[in-house]
Amino acid sequence: MEFLGYRRAAGTVGTRNYVGVLSAVVCVNEVVEAIVRQVQGTARFTHHQGCCQTPLDIGLVNKALIGLGRNPNLHSVIIVSLGCESTDLSGVIEGIRASGKRVEHLVVQEVGGAARTTAQGILLAQDMVREASLQQREPFPISELVMGMKCGSSDTTSGLVPNPAIGVASDLLVAAGGVSILGEVTEFIGAEHILARHAADAQVGQAIFNLVDRMEKRAMAVGEDIRGGQPTGGNIKGGLTTIEEKSLGAIAKAGSAPIQAVYEYGERPAVRGLVVMDSPGREPEILTGLAAAGCNVIVFATGRGAPQGFPFVPVLKITGSRTAAEKMSDHIDMNLSAVIDGGDTIPDAGQRILEELTRIASGTMTKAEISGYTNSMDIYMQGPVI
Amino acid sequence: MAIDAIVLNEIDNVATSVQELKAGQQAQVRLGREMHQVAVQEDIPYGHKFAFRPITRGDDILKYGEVIGRATGDIPAGHHAHVQNIESLRGRGDLRKEA
Repeated sequence: MEFLGYRRAAGTVGTRNYVGVLSAVVCVNEVVEAIVRQVQGTARFTHHQGCCQTPLDIGLVNKALIGLGRNPNLHSVIIVSLGCESTDLSGVIEGIRASGKRVEHLVVQEVGGAARTTAQGILLAQDMVREASLQQREPFPISELVMGMKCGSSDTTSGLVPNPAIGVASDLLVAAGGVSILGEVTEFIGAEHILARHAADAQVGQAIFNLVDRMEKRAMAVGEDIRGGQPTGGNIKGGLTTIEEKSLGAIAKAGSAPIQAVYEYGERPAVRGLVVMDSPGREPEILTGLAAAGCNVIVFATGRGAPQGFPFVPVLKITGSRTAAEKMSDHIDMNLSAVIDGGDTIPDAGQRILEELTRIASGTMTKAEISGYTNSMDIYMQGPVI
Repeated sequence: MAIDAIVLNEIDNVATSVQELKAGQQAQVRLGREMHQVAVQEDIPYGHKFAFRPITRGDDILKYGEVIGRATGDIPAGHHAHVQNIESLRGRGDLRKEA
């Protein structure tokens, strides 16, 4: 199978061709939004970080911004900063430039305020979008797809249909030479021993146990059990009773391919095949982490229907619930509810997911892209805001 | 034929409803290729679980052929099996870590 993508200098392939406007710090989000509103062909990344944080978290901000800037779906990048943030701007700019992309930088305190920076940014972005628009799509094998996997607003049907069907699609992609990334470590809890059995070797298996241990300790360090927040109230209403039950359904997305490696949040996989990335389950942070890791497509299983997408990575929404497909039709891309009624099978549904993914990768828009429901995003933090 | 609930593994003791079920009805439950009937004792919301066979307090709750928690009370067949009578065994500070 092939898709039509955009060739990038670093040897990666984009499924979209945006000029990215990235916020270096929370204080310039409104400038970034004003620029993006005025220029077609741009995509923003805004967040709430970049200042008054521990060095560990500032390090995560720097890494996430480099990863996002390098994402193959961005043709070129404008970084907007305030001038007094803690983010390491020269490191971020050099990190993105290393991928061969054009990177421009606007500093609000140097340009002279939000309005002047917005005006400069608009003109700069117009020039860069024109440059980007000269590029044509070319055919590539699906081995160039880097697929992120996520489930959200889960109910009982998530574990019955879309998650195992995504597992089939992931196995097919991996067999074709592609990369698929499983995150949501909070949703391994109670099922990590099963996931660890899929590890390619003992070291990777241990790394999976370590990720879960770290996530449980993180919750306990603030005096809370993870079960206070997982399963969520919506999950419980949908019929999920315990975190073990939610986890068994969630890890069905991993399919049966061996897990080749375990990575930190937003880290770019250095191997092909199925890998695991440290990340929480909440949409804004995990979608950002998958984008920073270089995903050029994301599949998202939902039981009750979730609207979130990501500004420059297409997010394919899949449900096994007839109710969600009907009530949330403007957010659902694929309805697999026929599997529950017995008219369809998981292997066939998985094959169709991969076929739909190649269409999306070639430019067909997802519901999240059409509705523009892509503004909820953030970078995953470990420590306090200070 | 229309089914009311699914059991995912033959060792499971709970079934998952795929319809709204009413107390008193006979639920058509699919387990692999076989169909079973269970008399529903309480209203079961869509997507929720009920005891497929009698469960005793302290029993493991089995779904996907795996343990998803423990019964905190007896759950006779056909009764709603959810947060009111099942507790998680993981992610909690009040239990000793499992080996």
